[in-house]
Amino acid sequence: MQPIDTADVQRRIHEFIDQDIYVHMEMTTGAYTSHHDTTKHPAANFISNAVIRFSLGSISGIGPYRVGLKMGKGWIYTEGLTHYDAAEEDRLLMSGHDGTGKLVVALQLSREPF
Amino acid sequence: MYQSILVILPHPDDECFGLSGTLAKYISQGAKVTYGCLTLGQMGRNMGSAPYNSRVALPSVRKKELEESCRAIGIQDLRLMGFHDKTIEFEDRELLDGAIEDLIREVKPDVIYTFYPDYAVHPDHDATGAAVVRVVERMPKGERPPVLCMAFARDLESSIGNPDVFEDVKDFLKPKIASILSHRTQFQVPGLDGANSHKSKELQERFGTERFWTYPFGG
Repeated sequence: MQPIDTADVQRRIHEFIDQDIYVHMEMTTGAYTSHHDTTKHPAANFISNAVIRFSLGSISGIGPYRVGLKMGKGWIYTEGLTHYDAAEEDRLLMSGHDGTGKLVVALQLSREPF
Repeated sequence: MYQSILVILPHPDDECFGLSGTLAKYISQGAKVTYGCLTLGQMGRNMGSAPYNSRVALPSVRKKELEESCRAIGIQDLRLMGFHDKTIEFEDRELLDGAIEDLIREVKPDVIYTFYPDYAVHPDHDATGAAVVRVVERMPKGERPPVLCMAFARDLESSIGNPDVFEDVKDFLKPKIASILSHRTQFQVPGLDGANSHKSKELQERFGTERFWTYPFGG
């Protein structure tokens, strides 16, 4: 994974417009959050291989970055993205990592199931 | 003195702390206010204490809170613009700018209040201000109403200087406090809900002046 290059990510988002594609998105505070600090509320969610289609999409911010994808009847939104995999040509893999490198949030798009 | 004021903000409650006193003041002098609220703040995290509101219930709860706030201020014309919370920066610009332009053409305001783009912290605030600025910038120079902006980013004075418009709203703290209290899922401000809170010296200091930056359009 490399630090996000917004122009490159923007180009890749455009390549997925108006097609049925698979999305994987997730967010987690970590399963041990409340074990390490009882004041913290552990939470996580993910959705894997849902099929979506969007007509408009962009990345914004000065880092960590935000991505918004406009679908026919709703939105996909992710905040906190820091890295992407520039070597993946067919899939767009983006994630947000905290100061220790742990994954906090991810948004991935692909034409094939993950 | 303004006859016609247009307010364009993204969330129910964006009006209450920084603008409600100014609006109540001009309304008392006869101004008509149209408030275009772009979203229902449906992604807000504050759901209120009891009774518990679900994610699905939140937009209608916040809509009622906004209507109550508008009544408290005296706002005559509230427009719910139907955009989705958190998405203003990603929205189709033609759609967003077109909706704002239609409202400006209809209302023909003497002044527009919004957020200062890039200095209003929340991405929806910045994107709303940027859209208003884009639309007004396209108007012929002589027809542009002044755009007065709220801003609160850290260290903003070093970039955009000090506010140039100060409104003394000490005599309008009653509607201002009522506006803040309307948004009960969003704020629990200690000491605000007393019958005579608007007379308190501390609250007059804290809420008695509203500050705006006039947006500097080029040629």
